[in-house]
Amino acid sequence: MTAASTTDLAPDAKIDTHKARQARIYGIVLIGLAVLVAAVFGYGSEGNATFGLSRPRDPWVIPNLVVPAASFNYIAAAVLAFLGVRQFMRGGSRWSTVSIAVGFALATAAFLVWATAGKSFSLTGMLSATVVAAVPIALGGLAGVLSERVAVVNIAIEGMLLAGAFTGALMGSLLGGWAGVLFAVLVGGLFGFILAALVVTYRMDQIIAGVVITLFVTGVTSYVSSQVFSEYRFLNNAPVFRAWKIPFLGDIPVIGPVLFNQNLFVYGALILVSVATYYLFHTRYGLRARSVGEHPRAADTLGINVYRTRYINVTLAGMVAGFGGAWFTLGSVGRFDENMTGGLGYIGLAAMIFGRWHPFGALMAALIFGFADSLQQKLAIVRTPIPSEFLAMAPYLATIVVVAGFVGRSRPPAADGKPYVKE
Amino acid sequence: MTDTTSQSNLADKLLQRAAPGRAEFEDLVVVPIFAVIVALIVGALIMLATAVDIETIGRSYLALLQGSVGSMNAISETLTSAIPLVLAGLGLALGFRAGLFNIGAEGQIVVGGIAAVIVGFSFPNMPWIIHMPLALLAGAVAGGLYASIAGYLRAATGAHEVITTIMLNLSSYLLLSYMLGLEWMQRPGRSDPVSKSVLPSAELPRLLTDIDPNLRLHAGIFVMIAAVILVHWLLFKTRTGFEYRASGENPDAARYAGMHASAIIVFAMATAGALAGLAGANQVLGVLERATPGFSSGIGFDAISVALLGRSHPVGVLFAGLLFGALEAGGRQMQVDAGVSIDLISIIQALIIVFIAAPLLVRAIFPWGFKKPAGR
Repeated sequence: MTAASTTDLAPDAKIDTHKARQARIYGIVLIGLAVLVAAVFGYGSEGNATFGLSRPRDPWVIPNLVVPAASFNYIAAAVLAFLGVRQFMRGGSRWSTVSIAVGFALATAAFLVWATAGKSFSLTGMLSATVVAAVPIALGGLAGVLSERVAVVNIAIEGMLLAGAFTGALMGSLLGGWAGVLFAVLVGGLFGFILAALVVTYRMDQIIAGVVITLFVTGVTSYVSSQVFSEYRFLNNAPVFRAWKIPFLGDIPVIGPVLFNQNLFVYGALILVSVATYYLFHTRYGLRARSVGEHPRAADTLGINVYRTRYINVTLAGMVAGFGGAWFTLGSVGRFDENMTGGLGYIGLAAMIFGRWHPFGALMAALIFGFADSLQQKLAIVRTPIPSEFLAMAPYLATIVVVAGFVGRSRPPAADGKPYVKE
Repeated sequence: MTDTTSQSNLADKLLQRAAPGRAEFEDLVVVPIFAVIVALIVGALIMLATAVDIETIGRSYLALLQGSVGSMNAISETLTSAIPLVLAGLGLALGFRAGLFNIGAEGQIVVGGIAAVIVGFSFPNMPWIIHMPLALLAGAVAGGLYASIAGYLRAATGAHEVITTIMLNLSSYLLLSYMLGLEWMQRPGRSDPVSKSVLPSAELPRLLTDIDPNLRLHAGIFVMIAAVILVHWLLFKTRTGFEYRASGENPDAARYAGMHASAIIVFAMATAGALAGLAGANQVLGVLERATPGFSSGIGFDAISVALLGRSHPVGVLFAGLLFGALEAGGRQMQVDAGVSIDLISIIQALIIVFIAAPLLVRAIFPWGFKKPAGR
């Protein structure tokens, strides 16, 4: 676009052309997906894909879902092509987001059908694994939401998760699982407090402070696990929280095992997300916190203690992340390994952005990442022609696409990342 | 008359340059020294807390000193460890100057190393004068391209480079493990993921083998020194460097002055990535002579600390890199001599950064070390 044509257009028209261009890009993406699904997944599929929905010993057994692979994928391709062409021709309508979401879901389904054609695959098992894999990401994202809503960028989530995992393993081994969770939450909160102190009181650059906390926690936990745990193994042998089946609800096919037969951390994450939503958007303290994130000086003028609000919320964020960290040890394997969080804290940060700085949004985004993760693990068993490394890369690439594609439309809190100096 | 005033002005300026003000001196010298001392003390406290007795603590710090500067071998190890840290740190410093927080040095090192290894084992019968620079160049180009993905996404869509570079880091490890399993890449006769060895014509020659064949210092040190000079020139003597710094200090002002913010972001990321890729190439061509899983060994993350510690100034980065190289080399000695895990070094490094990046904190801890009152 030349400079002259830009100046000719009224501001509204400019926004419209931007929207229209975006709609066209979406349209092209959808048509591309349609071609991919038809050419690769449709043409390359033979036989039926069998999806297991319940295990034989469940109270109510429902039959397996059998999908004729090739025809399903051709239909999927047709729907994708329709959505894409419609998007490309009409453009800019309010259905853009829905079409692209439906499009990606269809393409994923087609991929699954292609990968399982001629074999069988436990769908319920994968969904259940999705929820489990989403827990640390959702809690990390929630920690991000809580601190960024008061304008403190939290790159330290990774470190807080790691600290929670470590403390969970250590205190869980010494005093039992519940004490492990309690101490993990407390230590997470401690690092949240330290982050707040560094950036609020000592006005350190927020990103540097976050990186440094992660570095420090990585150092301390690796040091202790190679210096102490290797010698005293009983210190790193914590009990694991087993799944609790909720009576009746847990027996419902598909939904039961996925949502109502999980361990403490899954229930905890769901409850925390709800509580945080209520806190942020329906209480006066939440309103104060958000105002500190949007316009600290105005909040200060109204008598809100900006520093204290930031301290409290960042500490809360640390506690949430500490709880999420305990999932790694007390919720799955019971022992701490060096660097066991493996970058999930950063993916949690991406989930926060994808979720538009909203707790439920972060949870949904985390579920998508969790789905990508469990898909990759299950597909490694089914054996597809795609190398496992590229499947493992999928969540990371998805994060990049998400951050690149959606960041323009989601807005961070206005004062995010800026220190506030009281006059 | 005018002549003398201008002369005295000049003298003033020279004096200023020779003896920087007290505040600058505090920032550049006193704060880092305090930071190192406090970090070492806290490190000792952590060792005490994990039931290491006082004598061992003394022994481990002695080993740290000996292993870093205590002998010819120690100095050679320190320099060898410092080379990739300085190179990648320079790249990150460039990014910081342009207002980009590039966490992706690790991935850029990996990709640069892969490219350098491929060129390094692919061309037999090539004279070293062409082969070695070509391998280095391949590393730099690959690293630059990999980084510019993040730069392009930042410029085109506003995707924050912190997240995209982290994701590119994680992807690069998987890419490496995939490539090391490829038939044409894997070393013949090995089932574990190790690449073919770099041909002698592409290796960075070792410099001190005449004195002792075990000394690992290689020609990469010249690359490092050249890079320090080049980055200094680029940042402070060229228009491009001025644009980088201007858009880092005040992006709005830079845009109003007619600078192309998007192009600057992409170029700055590419330059940063090229330097990190060069660091990766140095590791595989000078130290390891092949690519292995995890050959980057966290250099990219340490380089972040190096760039911060060096205040994003090329000369500062050089000294910070030497300090971190010394800690690294000394840490290995410490692990052997005193049995204290090398992970302690990363704790000390993190603490040094905390105190450097938060001068207010150091002033609060040591109010008597500074002339000005703590709060300012």
